[in-house]
Amino acid sequence: MASGIKDKVVILGMGCTKFGERWNDGAEELMVEAFDEAMEDAGIEKKDIDAAWLGTCFDEVDVGKSALPASITLRLPNIPVTRVENFCASGTEAFRGAVYAVASGAADIAMAIGVEKLKDIGYGGLPEFSSGMGILPALYFPNATAPGCFAMLATGYAAKYGLDIQEVKKAMAHVSMKSHANGVLNPKAHLRRAVTEEQVLNAPTIAFPLGLFDCCGVSDGSACAIVTTPEIAKSLGKKDLVSVKALQLSLSSGTEMAYSNWDGAHFVTTSKASKMAYAEAGVTNPREEISMMEVHDCFSITELVTMEDLHISERGQAPKDVMDGFYDSDGQVPCQIDGGLKCFGHPIGASGLRMLYEMYLQLYGRAGDRQLKDPVLGLTHNLGGFPMMNVCSIGIVGKYGA
Amino acid sequence: MVGITSYGGYIPRYRLNRMLVVQNMAWYFPVIMAVAQGEKAVANWDEDAISMAVAAAYDCMNGKDRKALDGVYLASTTQPFADRLNAGIVATALNVPENGTVNADFAACTKAGTTAAIAALEAIESGQRDNVLVVAADQRGTKMATMYEMFFGDGAAALSFGKDDVIAEFKGSYSINVDFVDHYKGCGEDFDYGWEERWVRDIGYGKVIPEAIAGFLNKTGMKIEDFSKVIYPCYFGGTHRGIAKKLGLDPAKVQDNMHAVCGDTGTAHPFVMLVAALEEANPGDKLLVASFGQGCDVMAFEVTEKIKNLSDRIGIKGSLANRADLDSYQKFAKFRDLIVADLGIRGEANPNSSLTALYRNRKMLYGLVGAKCNKCGTPQYPSMPICVNPDCGNSKDFEDYEFSDKPANVLMFTGDMLSASVNPPAIYGLVGFEGGGRAFVDFTDCDLNAVKVGMPARMSFRRRNKDKERGFTGYFWKAVPQVEG
Repeated sequence: MASGIKDKVVILGMGCTKFGERWNDGAEELMVEAFDEAMEDAGIEKKDIDAAWLGTCFDEVDVGKSALPASITLRLPNIPVTRVENFCASGTEAFRGAVYAVASGAADIAMAIGVEKLKDIGYGGLPEFSSGMGILPALYFPNATAPGCFAMLATGYAAKYGLDIQEVKKAMAHVSMKSHANGVLNPKAHLRRAVTEEQVLNAPTIAFPLGLFDCCGVSDGSACAIVTTPEIAKSLGKKDLVSVKALQLSLSSGTEMAYSNWDGAHFVTTSKASKMAYAEAGVTNPREEISMMEVHDCFSITELVTMEDLHISERGQAPKDVMDGFYDSDGQVPCQIDGGLKCFGHPIGASGLRMLYEMYLQLYGRAGDRQLKDPVLGLTHNLGGFPMMNVCSIGIVGKYGA
Repeated sequence: MVGITSYGGYIPRYRLNRMLVVQNMAWYFPVIMAVAQGEKAVANWDEDAISMAVAAAYDCMNGKDRKALDGVYLASTTQPFADRLNAGIVATALNVPENGTVNADFAACTKAGTTAAIAALEAIESGQRDNVLVVAADQRGTKMATMYEMFFGDGAAALSFGKDDVIAEFKGSYSINVDFVDHYKGCGEDFDYGWEERWVRDIGYGKVIPEAIAGFLNKTGMKIEDFSKVIYPCYFGGTHRGIAKKLGLDPAKVQDNMHAVCGDTGTAHPFVMLVAALEEANPGDKLLVASFGQGCDVMAFEVTEKIKNLSDRIGIKGSLANRADLDSYQKFAKFRDLIVADLGIRGEANPNSSLTALYRNRKMLYGLVGAKCNKCGTPQYPSMPICVNPDCGNSKDFEDYEFSDKPANVLMFTGDMLSASVNPPAIYGLVGFEGGGRAFVDFTDCDLNAVKVGMPARMSFRRRNKDKERGFTGYFWKAVPQVEG
């Protein structure tokens, strides 16, 4: 049994741009903005970075291939830089690369940066992906989009629990309303306007049964993390360390889409990755022990169902917990306290790191108007792909030694 | 005994009431009002001659062994490929053996269906072929506010020919060929160019068909009274009746030209009408069928007792009953690409189709052939090198497993307004097959409001994309939720 990553690596510094329609900035400006904040926070110089990872997803319509865009933009001193792409887990994958490098001893200080410049394509929503899906899938995959695929989950969930789709929609509306309320308090969020459940329910349909407010925004943004060992962090004068407790990944093996045992009402990968992450972090009762979460709320239904796959809500009970306010900012496990993808939008490569950024701020008591009381453990979650075929990453960070 | 061993039909689900055409277009050409009776069958936006041919062919082969076919002939004037065997696409979709078969396109004339049938029967009579499937289909483009727009409908019909279990014995044929050009369509053109109707009625249909039938009767010694049904296309109602009169036929013995229920389906029409006649026929009935197009083929069949043994099928009758109004002329015009509507930038993406990947996966893509694991018995789609059952692990022992004719049911679905679609919302979802296996596919021929989880669905071979830049047409299977039970 592997000993896991718990407390082997700490976060030395983080940075995050304001997310939004950054019409006047390219991926280069965004990366520099996040990087500069992280470097200042870490109190190190560029030459101190031993290795770096870049997370981007839609490289075809963004920065292009390889890690050169990061290396060149940040003028990194000819160090190893690796580009990773794993759908929406790309940012967390970059972080995992940096953390593993430090944990292995291959690097003393490593950097992870994620960026996505989505608003250069000329249309709303994520970039069309027919040219990126692979030669064979391009010949037979349905004419699907991200909202459509996740919308399917709502019909599967309603069928599984015998719910009218309108009941599910009400819980979904609360999910979005809650995140919008949180986003109002966050100066770095893209969308900073509160919405009512009624507004969510009455919004135009994007993909049945998802309405406009059930979908997260599409934005530009970048986030950056610098990690090192607890010893080096201390030697640099860093106090009250925030350490990595768990980093787990789980990918579909094709059963959801092709084997007749999936109910269409849960995420196989999240269910597994979260269990592995709890084991790695030493969490035995997540509902009680997790202080706060940033989950992959690309769509309200995703967040709703994810609450069950994180084993915080019982199966079939997420709508009830959501309606009870369990995940609200004043609930027991505040979720999307920064506003989530819902209000930040989803510049894919940056999202996982943006979630970690909020956990980091909260753990240091630097979250301003959003600050929660004494959080100890924060969980981040990404879900890339579609409910029936996806990549799930889970991160748990917390107070070092806790 | 040589003859028809099975039949199948396909008329697309959507019907356009001709008064809708009149309401929208009579301002431009009021003459269309004269033939505005009833409705015409309209291919969905994702259908064409090949996809409809596949549907009719599956219907025809219901209860029959597709592996026993040693020839597939496709007759159409609207084949999507000028150089690529269109019948080969149909045969691949049917998962017919590739070796030892002779597949062929019969094209460029609306009598190509009967000509293909004669060729099939001659091959079987000569002993060269055992079982030949002949499919006729047409999906003809028509300009707005034309008589062709009023007359033409879309559809397909299939007949299998052989020596065993013959349901209608072949009693001979006679053809006349004359370069009578009532209409033509130049290579690469989208629309027919037609000559004056009065001439087409009098010197075309009204003269050629009676002459050919007379020639047949003269050749065989049969009499017109011998036949319980005489079947010939002619979308001019008066001329259709006039031909019967010329032949001295009891009007009750004339097969309806189906103008009111689906329109003239071109190359498919003699077959469509013949299948409709076979659906009502009794053992001992003699049927005479004639076609029209640069001449005329006449064929005679005598129905046998075996017709009673034929399994249930959709046929023309079932297809006609399975109807839904296409309640917008604009939608019809968009489906036929007659008007320009913006697909948005998202709809611009047009990667080419990899012909190597298509070749390697032709059974998977066109035949909807997956695999059945011989270790754990799990049917799975697509077929992959390692069994999908996590508890199995077999990577060697699989057999082909056809999903195309397996009933399915809807597991999850959506109607997507973001997706670039000719007919938004794009409806798609996950379906599970009876007996195991599932597929994530587009849905078609359905209204979002009627789709429910758990609803039964059938797979349907459809046009996936039409790449105008490269002239390529791609196909795959979609699920059709069985909305009316």
